[in-house]
Amino acid sequence: MTESFASQPWLSIITFAPLIGAILIAVIRMGAKKTESGEIAPADLEQVEKNARWTALVISTAVFVFSVFVYAALYNPSIAGYQLVEQAKWIGGGIGYKMGVDGISILFVLLTTFFMPICVIASWNSIKSRVADYMIAFLVLETLMIGVFCALDLFLFYFFFEGSLIPMFLIIGVWGSKGTKEFAGFTMPSKVYAALKFFLYTLLGSLLLLIAMAWMYAKAGTTDIPTLQQFAFPAGAQKWLWLAFFASFAVKMPMWPVHTWLPDAHVQAPTAGSVVLAAILLKMGGYGFLRFSLPMFPIASADFSPLIFALSIIAIIYTSLVALAQEDMKKLIAYSSVAHMGFVTMGIFTGTKQGIEGGLFQMLSHGFISGALFLCVGVVYDRMHTREIAAYGGLVHRMPLYAFLFLFFTLGNVGLPGTSGFVGEILAMTGAFKVNSWIAFFAAFGVILSAAYALRLYRQVMYGDLTKEALMQIPDVNWREMAMLGVLMAFALYLGFNPGPALSVFAPAADLLIENYNAALAAGGVM
Amino acid sequence: MSLVETLSFTWPELVLAIGAMALLITGVFLGDKAAGRISMAAVGLLLLAAVLVFVSPAGAGEASLFDGAFEIDAFAKFCKVLVFGAAAFAILMSDRYLAGEKLGRFEYPVLIVLAAFGMSLMVSATDLISLYMGIETQSLALYILAAFNRDSHRSTEAGLKYFVLGALSSGLLLYGGSLVYGFTGSTSFAEIARVAAAVDNNIGLVFGLVFMISGLAFKVSAAPFHMWTPDVYEGAPTPVTAFFAAAPKLAAMALLTRTLSVSFPGVVGDWQPVIAMIAVASMAVGAFSAIAQTNIKRLMAYSSIGHMGYALVGLAAGTSQGVSSVLIYMAIYVAMTIGTFAVILMMRRRGGLTENIADLSGLSRTNMPMALIMTVLLFSLAGVPPTAGFFGKWFVFLAAVDAGMIWLAVVGVFASAISAFYYLRIVWYMWFDEPAPAFERDAGPTLTFAAWGSALLMFPILTVFVGPLADAAGRAAAALF
Repeated sequence: MTESFASQPWLSIITFAPLIGAILIAVIRMGAKKTESGEIAPADLEQVEKNARWTALVISTAVFVFSVFVYAALYNPSIAGYQLVEQAKWIGGGIGYKMGVDGISILFVLLTTFFMPICVIASWNSIKSRVADYMIAFLVLETLMIGVFCALDLFLFYFFFEGSLIPMFLIIGVWGSKGTKEFAGFTMPSKVYAALKFFLYTLLGSLLLLIAMAWMYAKAGTTDIPTLQQFAFPAGAQKWLWLAFFASFAVKMPMWPVHTWLPDAHVQAPTAGSVVLAAILLKMGGYGFLRFSLPMFPIASADFSPLIFALSIIAIIYTSLVALAQEDMKKLIAYSSVAHMGFVTMGIFTGTKQGIEGGLFQMLSHGFISGALFLCVGVVYDRMHTREIAAYGGLVHRMPLYAFLFLFFTLGNVGLPGTSGFVGEILAMTGAFKVNSWIAFFAAFGVILSAAYALRLYRQVMYGDLTKEALMQIPDVNWREMAMLGVLMAFALYLGFNPGPALSVFAPAADLLIENYNAALAAGGVM
Repeated sequence: MSLVETLSFTWPELVLAIGAMALLITGVFLGDKAAGRISMAAVGLLLLAAVLVFVSPAGAGEASLFDGAFEIDAFAKFCKVLVFGAAAFAILMSDRYLAGEKLGRFEYPVLIVLAAFGMSLMVSATDLISLYMGIETQSLALYILAAFNRDSHRSTEAGLKYFVLGALSSGLLLYGGSLVYGFTGSTSFAEIARVAAAVDNNIGLVFGLVFMISGLAFKVSAAPFHMWTPDVYEGAPTPVTAFFAAAPKLAAMALLTRTLSVSFPGVVGDWQPVIAMIAVASMAVGAFSAIAQTNIKRLMAYSSIGHMGYALVGLAAGTSQGVSSVLIYMAIYVAMTIGTFAVILMMRRRGGLTENIADLSGLSRTNMPMALIMTVLLFSLAGVPPTAGFFGKWFVFLAAVDAGMIWLAVVGVFASAISAFYYLRIVWYMWFDEPAPAFERDAGPTLTFAAWGSALLMFPILTVFVGPLADAAGRAAAALF
């Protein structure tokens, strides 16, 4: 099972290939002529931007194709343990470079590599300033995100997990939208406020994880994830460790009440930034719960599951209500993300097969659907430069294709049967029902409320008369937008009608997880 | 051991001491127009000394010299190499600045070499007398350097402030030393340790110990003995500040580490809470006071106070692992501080250096390489992966947690989250704001080298090769236990 780094470097190639692309773009950028003030000379600017876009697209597509190849040819979905494992010496003393995937992580790697070309295409024309820098930031971000899902060493995981803050911080801060915000007596651009809030919230959460990791390393002498999963920490310590990990993942997820950074970050980020945030970065939290909290601290997980259920229910109901009151399209979708992530945490901590697989499936499906919804907002934002719901109305008359796509993803967000959103929610609720029918009862309100806010958004933006002067000439989606949204729609439909293949990838890893979880609980005398 | 044998272990110090005298005499004869050549010769001396640390005629041996006054061990060697390197960079980075400010006097490199000589004694000292000798040799050179721009009010004020407060702290140190001597009857670290471990009622010893810690805390500028730092940093000529922030901190931290670990291991329970409180106070001062600063040198002063706090977290652990983490932290700190000051020295417009943080606005548009270097260094100072600063934090927190001081590590992470804010603020100015007028493009080879070298060391070189650094620090720390 353990292989050296050299004999099968497939995951390392997937992880670091985008970084090489980023370096390529940096070289292109350095080669350009500069003006007196230090910016790229106008004569070279167009060429540099074009090269940067194409390099980013080619690299990210190549990485996607390669990752699909690795999945299809080298990954064996029937094995429960870690595969494609590679190891190399790094810091020494039990901390090493170790990569590997299993049923829980492989699809998130694919989700990441899949979304990157989409993000590059989505930014093709909408990013107008500092294109080369933007593409570099995205490719670096891709490396860090893939690293998070592939790392089989806790230290390495943390390294990627926290490192991903830097490019996202720059993406929100440099290419975010305009506007100012008053905060604590300072007036600052609201994108800066959002970027700082994003960074500091997440940093504070993950620093507690750092201390927990130090404690675990001091006890176990290693940060190797498979070893730690077998280590059986004492029940008293598990509580504290669990809480430290929870602080980190709950912020990332985000769970109520530490979700407030998300709407700010989503609103200010450029379209592709929101897409990455919703589709991938949020999934790191749920992934962390499944990779660390449940297997490493099973007793604490069982003890704290009522807390998780309570927070999840509050997230589902409260943030859905908040979403109902939003004036800003992106903010509305951001709050709906928090609500949908509530289903994920609820499902995961039921400790049942349906719950865990439902949580995983919900994350996957939410990636496609919310990613697509942010792209949809981006489509009209590129045309009108406003995200206010009130600025729109009657778009269906001018943009029938767009209205169709938007409707599809809105219904997917609601969880209509036939879309992928339905499968995840029903599985998570089934899992919850097995544990406590009241939890499922309250969670079901979320489904109703999500229909309320999503359809309200749809009605106000699409229906009614086309009265606003500015909207009279708005063009429908072009082929580029059509292609992106079409692919996402195909995935959402496929997963909705045929969830079997994805679930069967999850199944071996989820079964093993549950088996170990129940064994640990039995040994700990909890069950 | 015969005198010749003894001296064969002290080649680095001999080279520095004799070389400094020779350069001083040469300077007197040749005058200030030879300042450039003398600087180069001083850099040569420092590098030669750094090489001699490992390839001295006595071989790579380790020994206790002059009746136990000095110790040549892995710990001393680790620190000496860093001190000499940092001092060499301080001379190299100053050439343009001093020439521009018409400060190009030959005493500057000589003083730095003398300070490095003092620091070399400090990190080897295993006796209260040699400890004091090393500190004073270093400090006197530093006082003059702080006031080196003698026509500037700010610089002379900085020098005077540093001198008065430095003398006070030396007094505290001496007083503490005399109490320790009175209690144990010896000035030798080994003897002090033996007596301290053997006696039950050691209140007098602890008294002396606390005074000594106070004096040394002043030298590392740990709170609550940090008051001089922002003023001296701001007032001193910038290359001097760059020197202050790097080598002397390392030397003083090494001295404190050796004193506590070698002479007071028997009373760990007494000094551990003191160091922990100093660490907490330093981290808090570093985290909160820097937020409101607008001058980048003052900001770096508070930032360095905070960093000393993190390093002291490792020391507070009181274990071999803790000492090793202090060394790793200080090595990374010295490297990133040199780079940061190289960037600060590049903030040059027509009419001299600018020191306002706001002058960095929009740097990523006007000078991308400089912005990139500074960004890497700032994230490293903030301790965010994938930069090396993160590893420094990891090792000190790990040592604290391993020694059962989880609360201290928790305070540390909260402090680093708060201090991340002001580093991010500079990143925000550089990347998100509209550009300020561009800096002069030609920074000169030495500054460019220092800045690039430091940034590349922080990421990716040390990121990949942090293992060897940790091993070396581990061996150095083992020498004390």
